Amino acid sequence: MNEVDVLVIGAGPAGMAAAMRAQESGARVAMVDDNWSAGGQIWRGVQNSHTRTPAGIRMFWGTQVVARGTAERTLLLEDSEKAFELAFDKLILATGAREIYLPFPGWTLPGVMGAGGLQALVKSGLGIQGKTVVIAGSGPLLLAVAAYLRKAGARVKLIAEQATTKAVSSFAFHMVRYPMKVTQATALKLSLHGVPYLRGCWVEAAEGEGRVQRVRLRQGRKSWTEDCDYAGIGYGLYPNTELAALLGCRLRTNAIEVNEWQRTSVDGVFAAGECTGIGGVDLSLIEGEIAGYAACGDTARASRLFGARSRAKRFAGALDRTFRLREELRTLPRPGTIICRCEDVQYEKLQQMSSFRAAKLHTRCGMGPCQARICGVATEFLFGWRTDSVRPPILPVRAGSLITRKEFQQESSITR
Amino acid sequence: MPENLTIEVNGCELPAKAGMSVAAALFQAGEFRFRISASGQPRAALCGMGICFECRVTIDGQANCRSCQILVRDGMVIRTS
Amino acid sequence: MVGAGIVGAACAKELAEAGLRVAICEQNGYAGGGATAAGMGHLAVMDDSDAQFALTSYSQSLWRELAQELPAEAEYLACGALWVAADEEELREVERKFRFYQNRNVPAEILDSKQLAEAEPNLRAGLAGGLLLTADSVCYPPCAAGYLTKRAAATGGNIFFGKKVTEVSESGVRLEDNTFLTAGLTVIATGAAAVRLAPEIDVHPRKGHLAITDRYPGFVRHQLIELGYLKNAHSTTADSVAFNVQPRVTGQILIGSSRQFGVEDAVAEGPMLSNMLARAIEYMPAIADLSTIRVWTGFRAATPDNLPLIGARPGYRRIYLATGHEGLGISTSLATASLLADEILGRDSAIPRSPYEPSRSVAVHA
Repeated sequence: MNEVDVLVIGAGPAGMAAAMRAQESGARVAMVDDNWSAGGQIWRGVQNSHTRTPAGIRMFWGTQVVARGTAERTLLLEDSEKAFELAFDKLILATGAREIYLPFPGWTLPGVMGAGGLQALVKSGLGIQGKTVVIAGSGPLLLAVAAYLRKAGARVKLIAEQATTKAVSSFAFHMVRYPMKVTQATALKLSLHGVPYLRGCWVEAAEGEGRVQRVRLRQGRKSWTEDCDYAGIGYGLYPNTELAALLGCRLRTNAIEVNEWQRTSVDGVFAAGECTGIGGVDLSLIEGEIAGYAACGDTARASRLFGARSRAKRFAGALDRTFRLREELRTLPRPGTIICRCEDVQYEKLQQMSSFRAAKLHTRCGMGPCQARICGVATEFLFGWRTDSVRPPILPVRAGSLITRKEFQQESSITR
Repeated sequence: MPENLTIEVNGCELPAKAGMSVAAALFQAGEFRFRISASGQPRAALCGMGICFECRVTIDGQANCRSCQILVRDGMVIRTS
Repeated sequence: MVGAGIVGAACAKELAEAGLRVAICEQNGYAGGGATAAGMGHLAVMDDSDAQFALTSYSQSLWRELAQELPAEAEYLACGALWVAADEEELREVERKFRFYQNRNVPAEILDSKQLAEAEPNLRAGLAGGLLLTADSVCYPPCAAGYLTKRAAATGGNIFFGKKVTEVSESGVRLEDNTFLTAGLTVIATGAAAVRLAPEIDVHPRKGHLAITDRYPGFVRHQLIELGYLKNAHSTTADSVAFNVQPRVTGQILIGSSRQFGVEDAVAEGPMLSNMLARAIEYMPAIADLSTIRVWTGFRAATPDNLPLIGARPGYRRIYLATGHEGLGISTSLATASLLADEILGRDSAIPRSPYEPSRSVAVHA
């Protein structure tokens, strides 16, 4: 069995920072990520000082966590070839966040993607040169995605931000207190010159034959359509807490609860970054560093970062207030709009249900392979439902990977 | 420079580049129907990060593979439904 | 009616349609959330004993009638069941079963090794043969229970969801919020949890695990069960697993099964799951590479003689039991409802009721 001092789950900003600090403190460190390189979703394919993995850290790329292992302080992992267990002394969860998708008529059409989703596709090789794109949803990610796509050659028609002009302006005002953010914002503004940034505006519907060809937008009483090849629509981020929940870590308002040392309610398990609450990359880096130090018992160096963390958190608070989702978004689904995309469960079926569990058993909502990661967030927004408790496997897994008997693993490697 | 590869999508040979995800290669090839949903609708990648399972395709005979999480290999045989 | 699992729902519908004024108290906010949701939904005819055969066979005929009106979401699928013989010894058991079913006019066919491979190409090569029971079928139990509950409601029944019964007496039931519902008679149909309301009955939870895959249409065509299943199902003490795989209308594959006694924790157990899947893969090697999307557990209500308790609760005049169905609750729910209604209404029954009378169980263990 593999044995490390610190195991970090997720190689985004928080995970990378945690791993480097832990290694610096003398720990044997391993990292697991389902991608093929460091950077997480935000720095996918980016080369910078945070995404260069230091020698000596064992990297498990293209690897996902499936369940607890057979012994205490072990996890069952799966890559494209095999399943294996990894033993650790301390665990740092840096599982990040996923985009929030809110259902509207036509959101299931091919070509309608998340804003971050579209960016991820382009980063993984999709040519966007000359393609017409509409970016919509909410949050600062929209601007970053639009700028990225534009640089990659896309014709970004407009950015539709659901938050009001007033809210967004006050957010910009607050950013003055964060010099780094102002620089970033100025750079963004320059790269987005000429792209309309419409506030209080959202996509009401997507239309097209077999793929998205246009979206219908609304801004106040005005409604119109825009032609597009792709629509990138994301309504902010939602913490990935499934692994934490499986391990028994306490959650607080959808995020992993941590103390000042980034320690969760479970002994030996730390968490950092967006999975502990959405706060942006700067906060993720600081939390990751604190977690890395604290996991190695280096409280002196960890505590020196508390001040920086507090400042970064204020920015996170402003973020949250500014981009609060508006009520009108709850009224977008029509009776026939599909809410659960795995099982194609329509809005009208769900309206008759009293809870997520009732919906699951009686309409199949949330029964598919995404395990309610998409529809669970949507139905929480639409109906106020809470999803079921998390059970292993936390992601779909090859049946053979759940077999822990040694003799069988040998057999199966022959039969496969 | 990215290495040029050939993949087979629904029986047609298509060029692709090393390091590309299967999902990106499919869109690039103009294939917007990755799978047929439970009620018969065409679907393609949504999240691009392995969470939504909308991008499932059959790769080298194995059904239900997430195309956004798998990189193209030379000679890979991909089938959409 | 205490409980809106498949058994409670079926009983409520039967009694409501017979003209009784029925109320159902269900602790969950919906029907079929307990063992019903955890079960496979194999509607089987079984040959363990004459009594079990009579009940399962009668129930299957009732399911066939009901199938005409079941909504699509109940996912009724007449896929047939195939009992798989691994070797010559098990093949002799196939022959014995075949004669049993043939003598009772149940359609059955013996498949040789080659025919078995043609019928189920994903089974491992070299299996000895099998017994095909063409009349067996499967359904999605929570929606079947939901449908039966709606039928009861449509006939004037009152459904109280989210109401947990804490006490049952001759005059009615007490709810968790301390309200008392007066009833002329009460039926306890809460599966393994029935002992909380009727502590004297000999019903014990028997834990099971199941796993379900993503959609692979055509991968499995029949409900498949290894013949060794019976040995496992009969043991009343030892933990066991058996190859038991089912095709769903969705193209998903349901993988079972396991049996454990003396475990009350619902957590999915790695070692048990591991053994169960290993057994499945032993019979169907390609299962190893199928994407498994969910794993869950449930508790069967087991009795010492593997027969349910249907009828008057011993020592009471107005309390009835409908529990103890072990792994056959979905299969035998409709027959259970029919027999219970017959007893309550003083009607004759299609099959003898005595093997399932709760008094026989209590008498054995008093």
